[in-house]
Amino acid sequence: MQHVEAGHTGAPATDHSHHDEKPQGLKRWLFATNHKDIGTMYLVFAGIMFFVGGTMALIIRAELFQPGLQLVDPGFFNSMTTMHALVMIFGAVMPAWVGLANWMIPLQVGAPDMALPRMNNYSFWILPFAFTLLLATLFVPGGGPAGGWTLYPPLSLQTGDALPMTILAIHLMGASSIMGAINVIVTIMNMRTKSMSLLHMPLFCWTWLITAYLLIAVMPVLAGAVTMLLTDHYFGTSFFNAAGGGDPVMFQHIFWFFGHPEVYILILPAFGIVSEIIPTFSRKPLFGYDAMVYATASIAFLSFIVWAHHMFTVGMPLSGQMFFMLSTMLIAVPTGVKVFNWTATMWKGSLTFEPPMLFALAFLFLFSIGGFSGLMLAIVPADFQYHDTYFVVAHFHYVLVPGAIFGIMAGVYYWLPKWTGHMYNMTLAKWHFWLSAIFVNVLFFPQHFLGLAGMPRRIPDYATQFADWNMWSSIGAFGFGLSQLIFPYLIWKCVRGGPKATARVWESSHGLEWMLPSPAPYHTWENPPDVQFPDEPGENVMGDQPGPDTAPTHTPDGR
Amino acid sequence: MIQRMTNCFGRWLLTAAGVMGALPAMAAKGLNMPVGVTELSGKIYGLHMLVLWVCVAIAVVVFGVMIYSIVAFRRSRGAVADTSITHSTRVEIIWTVIPVLILVAMAVPAARTLVEIEDTRNTELSIKVTGYQWKWHYEYLNQDVGFFSTLARDSDAARQLGSGIDPDTVPNYLLDVDHPLVIPEGTKVRLLLTAADVIHAWWVPEFGMKKDAIPGFVNELWIKVQEGKTGTYRGQCAELCGRDHGFMPIVVEVKTKEEFAAWLQAQQQEAAPEAQAATAARNADALTPAGA
Ligand SMILES: [Cu+2]
Repeated sequence: MQHVEAGHTGAPATDHSHHDEKPQGLKRWLFATNHKDIGTMYLVFAGIMFFVGGTMALIIRAELFQPGLQLVDPGFFNSMTTMHALVMIFGAVMPAWVGLANWMIPLQVGAPDMALPRMNNYSFWILPFAFTLLLATLFVPGGGPAGGWTLYPPLSLQTGDALPMTILAIHLMGASSIMGAINVIVTIMNMRTKSMSLLHMPLFCWTWLITAYLLIAVMPVLAGAVTMLLTDHYFGTSFFNAAGGGDPVMFQHIFWFFGHPEVYILILPAFGIVSEIIPTFSRKPLFGYDAMVYATASIAFLSFIVWAHHMFTVGMPLSGQMFFMLSTMLIAVPTGVKVFNWTATMWKGSLTFEPPMLFALAFLFLFSIGGFSGLMLAIVPADFQYHDTYFVVAHFHYVLVPGAIFGIMAGVYYWLPKWTGHMYNMTLAKWHFWLSAIFVNVLFFPQHFLGLAGMPRRIPDYATQFADWNMWSSIGAFGFGLSQLIFPYLIWKCVRGGPKATARVWESSHGLEWMLPSPAPYHTWENPPDVQFPDEPGENVMGDQPGPDTAPTHTPDGR
Repeated sequence: MIQRMTNCFGRWLLTAAGVMGALPAMAAKGLNMPVGVTELSGKIYGLHMLVLWVCVAIAVVVFGVMIYSIVAFRRSRGAVADTSITHSTRVEIIWTVIPVLILVAMAVPAARTLVEIEDTRNTELSIKVTGYQWKWHYEYLNQDVGFFSTLARDSDAARQLGSGIDPDTVPNYLLDVDHPLVIPEGTKVRLLLTAADVIHAWWVPEFGMKKDAIPGFVNELWIKVQEGKTGTYRGQCAELCGRDHGFMPIVVEVKTKEEFAAWLQAQQQEAAPEAQAATAARNADALTPAGA
């Protein structure tokens, strides 16, 4: 391993005294332009939405605990499934990624802030309005949107007053995401420290860069689709109305042209985080760094040409079905490369199992299970059986919960000491991990069986032969949901105090962010760090011998 | 080390074998896709199992290596990191090419089955299926037979919010209708699917087939129930279609050809007054001086 010299590792300490002044009180947050403040707000917002969406999930699972309708009206049940998806996707996962990007990308590329700080402020503050609007639909005549988050017409056009509110909320979320994405791209492209070439960037920056391009490409497509719904409903157009010469299936094509890249928007940053964490706790550089970058880029490219695999049952021509089957199967190749590279990173490493690593490992196993079921779903004839059943529900929850959400949690556990300057309670974090990892399987694994046995998705009541596994799934849901309460408690405690964290925090962490003190000062990298990188691609800027000032706080096993 | 590794893999194989042995029993308890009663559903089941086992095999290898790494290369066991391993073009080519080969091996039979599924030629009986919020309508084309098929009354009573009726006491709870669709065995039956209001999807797992019923458009699917597989098969609407999406089941009675002919005739006679009127009206429209 090539050793590298770290030059300036931040502004001289004497400079910090006046730079660290920050606006106080409400103004600090309302008019925030500091990337760390905005990142924190995004993360807190995502956390709140995670619990709002989670409560909806628990209402769903409570009703499904046993056959018969015990708790809610079927119409309300449908609006719960619809809102759960919208809140989790647009309110929890995406803002959490933007929050992590805000916090970490400037630190990782050696930039003093995000490139467009005021736009950064707008893109965050749009979100509370968007979600107030969305959640308010639950109280308007006709109730919340109940046609599924996919908003397929003609069903979605039967929505009451909630329809225009939902569509406006989606427009706001889209605008917010696009602004966030532009900010990420400009920051990475323009503000990266000079010596860092693109192929020296941490993988988290790489996956986020690619995610940002996906966002800019597809959010306007969604905006177009929902606007056409609006004009069909209120202005007499017939984009999706067969009686007026339109085509309801066209909506599905447009929606999934957005929707498939969207699922990669949700998962790619998790790939980046896992690619940061596994090397750190294996004490080895990431295996096949450049292959990881190219694999991410190919996944992103393929995500544009597979959309119709979400709609194999709409009656496409044979050639169309063939094309989408083959292109979808192809995604398994770069995804496989990533999983193999992570595994190879652990091979002959020196592994320890701190909370970030535990979540990353659970990601590795459980995301792979989601990948396998994804491959099965690509096989069109078999998909005629799987489509719109609980098998699909199990599949996408495996990639989204132990995939995207475990990725977010791994990231939070990895960088929390850097943000707060305190170590958190390791025992509690491990409890959080084990409870989550066990219950997430109790929750979602039985859903594979339910789907294969013939249970359609999005139904509030079911035939009695599905009773046993639904009961298990509901038990898993409540176990998982309650375990999540540990997370905000642990974060709160860590913000308030705890053992002092050093700059490097973890024994083998690497990258510019770990050259900064913990907590990271309010303003960082005002002088871009002058770091020498080795010639070959890779991100291991610290080498494996940190200076004395960066000795880790946390040495596993008391060493 | 190799000793340890083989031990580890051995344990995995044993576990995998145990799971494999248990699977047929699990299928019986409704944990797996049904083999179904048509040639196509059998082929689809075969494809499903093929892909499932390929995935299990890959999982055994990949998870095996992961678990081995987690066990063998832990620092608490004194493992020292070999930081010289950063990439290997040869290994990376191998693990790109092998998956491609596996995918091709799966894609070929899948494509073949798909071509068969899409072959709707030479059908012997056509039934138009129309989805409504929230019931199905079946019309035997050119046979003057048509009827609605709605959730059975006892299920409908039990499924009301807080009905107090235990679903276990209702036979075929939520999977029973007033008028089931009736089709003959050993006959290539074509269903023409459409909808009157929103999109629905017609699905009977035992037939292996699911297709959307879309307002303003007609989709096709065909079923040929194998000889000797007469009986009742049940399914549900599979595309979210509003409030009572969960309450529009599909029930199909498969009869022998003779029984079916008799049933059809009985239906025609029952509907005779209406049907004759309809036929008369049609004939009047099409009346020509040549008058067949
Ligand atoms: Cu329906």
